[in-house]
Amino acid sequence: MKKLISLALCMIMALSCFAGCQGGSGNEFILGAIGPLTGTASTYGQSVRNGMQIAVDEINAAGGINGVQVKMLFEDDEADGAKAKSAYEKLMDDGMNILIGAVTSGASVALNDLTAKDGILQITPSASQIEAAQNPNSFRLCFTDPLQGVTMADYTYSTLGYKSVAIIFNQDDSYSTGMKDAFKARWTELGGTIAEEVSFAKDATDFNAQMTKIAAADADFLYMPIYAEKAAQIIITANEKGVNLPFIGGDGMDGILNYLEGDNAKLAEGLLYLTPFVATDPDEKVAAFVAEYEKRFGSTPDQFAADGYDAVYVAKLAIEKAGITSPAAIDNAALIAAMTQIQLDGLTGSLSFTAEGEPNKGAKFAKIIDGQYVAQ
Amino acid sequence: MQMLISTIIDGLNLGSVYALVALGYSMVYGIAKMLNFAHGDVIMVGIYSIFVCLNANILPVPVTILICVAVCGLLGFTVEKLAYKPLRQASPLSVLITAIGVSYLLQNLALLIFKSDRKFLQSFLDLGKISIAGTELPVISLVIWGTTLVVMIALDIFIKKTSMGRAMLAVSEDKGAAQLMGVNVNATISLTFVIGSALAGIAAILYAAKYQNVDPYTGSVFGIKAFAAAVFGGIGSIPGAMIGGFSLGLIEALTIGFLPGSLSAASDGFAFAILIIMLILKPSGLLGKKKIEKV
Repeated sequence: MKKLISLALCMIMALSCFAGCQGGSGNEFILGAIGPLTGTASTYGQSVRNGMQIAVDEINAAGGINGVQVKMLFEDDEADGAKAKSAYEKLMDDGMNILIGAVTSGASVALNDLTAKDGILQITPSASQIEAAQNPNSFRLCFTDPLQGVTMADYTYSTLGYKSVAIIFNQDDSYSTGMKDAFKARWTELGGTIAEEVSFAKDATDFNAQMTKIAAADADFLYMPIYAEKAAQIIITANEKGVNLPFIGGDGMDGILNYLEGDNAKLAEGLLYLTPFVATDPDEKVAAFVAEYEKRFGSTPDQFAADGYDAVYVAKLAIEKAGITSPAAIDNAALIAAMTQIQLDGLTGSLSFTAEGEPNKGAKFAKIIDGQYVAQ
Repeated sequence: MQMLISTIIDGLNLGSVYALVALGYSMVYGIAKMLNFAHGDVIMVGIYSIFVCLNANILPVPVTILICVAVCGLLGFTVEKLAYKPLRQASPLSVLITAIGVSYLLQNLALLIFKSDRKFLQSFLDLGKISIAGTELPVISLVIWGTTLVVMIALDIFIKKTSMGRAMLAVSEDKGAAQLMGVNVNATISLTFVIGSALAGIAAILYAAKYQNVDPYTGSVFGIKAFAAAVFGGIGSIPGAMIGGFSLGLIEALTIGFLPGSLSAASDGFAFAILIIMLILKPSGLLGKKKIEKV
């Protein structure tokens, strides 16, 4: 009897293996994606994957792209360049048609040479480092770090009317220094003054000396081009030191309230940051996406989820524009040419692409009001 | 002037935590002649134990504090029994590598249990602020300075006046001779580790009260700076560790406070440059004893 059961189980396993094989060949467009699903950056990859999954299911339910169903294959790279490369090779073996990825900058840049050689269309949802979109076949959906800095300088100087800035940045992080340098250049060009500039090392846990210095500076606001975790600690210290300036940051500020326990959450009140996506945006599309995401995954989507969602629709538009009607007819050159002709009204704004692979889209700002992220 | 006073207070605050951690390094090195690189990670475990106790939300604060010291002491004892004791006769290099191994082991265990994201603690020792010379000063800072001083003096008295302490001194001078004189060398070294780890527990409490956050690498980052402070003050010397810790904290705060903005990125480098110059001038550290090795 036992033998019979195990034999049956073996048969089922063998059959399910076949089922898997068949799915990968022939009648579906395959969107390959690479990002960290485990490790320290895993939240980014998981968000992108969840966002993509919702988009793929929507498209398939509505009849696919040009009548062909879409399949997503997501490989884990732990935000590591070498692992991203082997993930890429595996996806190519599985018949990938378009690459969405990688999610993180380092891994995405590591794939540059491989994707350029194969000529495949590469769309990174979230790699903000300049080099991530340097080849003709690679496009990016998010803002670059320098563009964020420039946009923030324009907004604070021209729209908010600030004239003097204090800056704190992370000296070990190219995300932070990239934003800071571009901000400073634009800020001084506009005629603003820099009252104070301090930095910290990536391992820093004590920000007292920095905040003592900022407290003595004559500035209109504190520019913080850093990630939310450090920003939360800095805001707590700033309060202790009597720094009474508006806090302004980049998209890394998203989620800062998760790091401020209890009464500390009040300290972030009024914090303003640049972001492509705010979950509380009253926009109809955003609201529908947020509801679906919360239903499926039990958490509020962040900008990475929205980036992943939009990236799938960008791929759909490119395939439609290029007039490709089956996976066998995939033409990389036509897809890449189509990228500059499409226009998507996505979750992260109205979006088109330049020939250099950069996105054309307006900046959105969010502000923390009454403990909520509110779109401006 | 106001800014100078504030910055000096910042430096003393930071330095007092370095000093407390450096005390643990220095004591264990002074007696067992080994660099316990896992010392910082014991502190990290201590902070997590506070985190867990606070989240359970049923224990009064004094019990939480006792649990933290107990957890650290016990961890020190276990690590010593399992990892260091079997290597008593091995070369110092093997022991050093083992200590680094233990450090990674503790970090990875913390990663596994608590994940890599930084955990934020509820405030549990909020003592308010007082105003001195026009500068606001959190009372917790005074408590930390006081604790560091008291611990240092207590440790010094313990080692010089009690029989256990004198046994430690004897072991540090010459293990073999101490054994011949009837000192239980193994037990003495084990005790040294337990005391060193309990010190780590105290450091964990003060760190948690002051910074209210922890991640698996908190201990190793602070540990490296504290180790440098211990070397600066003269490793093995207990008052030296204290002076080293406060000096490093002050140098760091003053360089951040008074270097121009564009150079402030180099504050760590500057602090360590001063340390290197100091060690070139006085290789045994500020209060270190010069040793003549007989061949």
